[in-house]
Amino acid sequence: METSVATPPVSSPPPQPGPPGPPRPADGRRSAAWRLSDKAGLVVCWGMGLLFCAIAVAIVMYFLIKGLGYVRPWMFVTPASTGFTQSQTGGFSDALIGTGIVAVIGIAIALPLGVAIAVWLSEFGRPAGLARLVESTIEAIAGTPSIVLALFGTIIFASPALGFLSRSTSGIVFGRSFFAAGAMLSLVALPLVVGSTREGLQAIPQHVREASYAVGKTKMATTRRILLPASRPQVATGAMLGLGRIIGDTAIIVVLLGATLNFDPVGGTPVLSYLKGTGTTLTNYVFQNAPTGELNNPEKAYAAAFVLLVIVLILNAAVDVIHRRARKVGTWTT
Amino acid sequence: MLGALVCTVVALLLAMIVFVFVHAWPSFAHNGLAWFGPGGDSVDNQLQTIFNSGQSGHYVYTFHAWSLIWSTILITGASVAIALFSSLFVAVFIVEFAPEWMRNILQPVVRLLASVPSVVYGLLGVLVVVPFIGNHLISESQKASVAGVISLTGYGLLAAVLILTVMIAPIMISIFSDGLRAVPPRWIEGSLAMGVNRWRTFWKIAVRTARPAIVAGTVLATARALGEAVMLAMVSGSVSWSPNPADGLIFVYEPSKPLAPTIIKSIDDLASKPANETLFAIAAVLLFSAAMLSFGGWVAKRSMRRYAGVA
Repeated sequence: METSVATPPVSSPPPQPGPPGPPRPADGRRSAAWRLSDKAGLVVCWGMGLLFCAIAVAIVMYFLIKGLGYVRPWMFVTPASTGFTQSQTGGFSDALIGTGIVAVIGIAIALPLGVAIAVWLSEFGRPAGLARLVESTIEAIAGTPSIVLALFGTIIFASPALGFLSRSTSGIVFGRSFFAAGAMLSLVALPLVVGSTREGLQAIPQHVREASYAVGKTKMATTRRILLPASRPQVATGAMLGLGRIIGDTAIIVVLLGATLNFDPVGGTPVLSYLKGTGTTLTNYVFQNAPTGELNNPEKAYAAAFVLLVIVLILNAAVDVIHRRARKVGTWTT
Repeated sequence: MLGALVCTVVALLLAMIVFVFVHAWPSFAHNGLAWFGPGGDSVDNQLQTIFNSGQSGHYVYTFHAWSLIWSTILITGASVAIALFSSLFVAVFIVEFAPEWMRNILQPVVRLLASVPSVVYGLLGVLVVVPFIGNHLISESQKASVAGVISLTGYGLLAAVLILTVMIAPIMISIFSDGLRAVPPRWIEGSLAMGVNRWRTFWKIAVRTARPAIVAGTVLATARALGEAVMLAMVSGSVSWSPNPADGLIFVYEPSKPLAPTIIKSIDDLASKPANETLFAIAAVLLFSAAMLSFGGWVAKRSMRRYAGVA
């Protein structure tokens, strides 16, 4: 678009629209002279904008008040237990750790895989037909409901070949474990990582690559030493967004991790037994403790939802910080 | 090496499609097109019968999913329509008309609403929205008028649509506003220079130019709404009932059960072979609808190629 404008940059700047962005003539700002219908439209704009702000504030405030009212420090270190009243049902330490495990497994798969796919798409991408296919594949994965991914997970992880990843009794594979849930959740995060990383790679101007080739670096080395470090903020953003989706997903957890509220390790190996066993995460904990779930402990659900919301807010803030820092470092000049 | 990795991912997706449809096949084969039709027992009872037949060895597959499909259409359609309307206004507001301070508030707000987990929305629905609707909006006479047929408690279409709208609107807003920002400023300036006011300019020039982004955002948001299982399982009432708009406005309070939540609700039935295959058939329908949705979006965007290079 800009390339077609053949104005030599040396000449004194003609009356161009100075700084980027549409100029706002003093007249255009004034809506007083508009027709009534246009003014009404502007009022709708303001109304909708304020409505969304109000909803967000209401949600956060509500969970802040309710959550702080019910959350107790001991809940973070006490696993859930069965009981008749809400004071007997324990805390959500298992759920919190479970969320951590699932997030680590999911992002450990999604990040390298996503970056690799993004690099291939942006830097190699041959043959063109395959690139198109891969692009639509990523889009399709992004559009697949997570409940369908979960059902697919029940097939693959219940196959005898993958039996070592979950509980199996006399040849029948249970198919539910942290491994299964984490692997499927990585698919949820994958499109976000790919999209964000690709955006970062494409923002790097061509002359940077050419400079690297000119000093004799191979394509692979250029990617590893120049392009990936340069697009680190976008990779981090993608990882954060993916992490948010992994932590927030419930359908896959309910299907592939089982509806238990505690760890249920398999076998004797210290760490592996937990990963092979079933467990719970915060989302599942909220789901089961909501009045519509199997257990009805709304106070616990509030507390866990509050913790969940805080984690999400922190992730959001992290994305913001990354963005701001990346902007401070500066963008590429073409 | 990267190429091989990439091919693996493609193969994985193909495997998923094949596996899901293979597992779904018995259910479709037994019912034919009647799968999508109405009739027979209520879907809840049908699912129960299918599940029970798993032990007997004489499998029953009879399944008429119309009430689930109808519920999905109602909930998804209503919330996408409301979200489309409001998101367009909010996106225009963010990009063009909001003062700087308002923009700085709205953008994080939209991001926040997009990242709240669906189970938190569901909890909010169950503990706040549903009781409010049940206690304040539905009158006693309305409850009495359908007593014995279905109970109106607040779990129903209205609650589901309201919350789903809040869930999918942020997706639309962020994609719409990206598209609106990409409109070349010169085009807008041209219109302004002709003396058209800023409101009309923006709607006639920018919003029209950004139509591909509007289609893309709507498709993504609809896909999200279609696949939303957890929140709807908590809020929609999960009774296989078909709310009938011909009954008057009371239908918005009636409970129903869309496709995706049915899977979540019946997930313990997976061990029974016919139930398992019926659930996979539902998943196959969801997968197919999602695919059709992106295909439809692609076709719609193709016809807007005139403004290629923008948005």
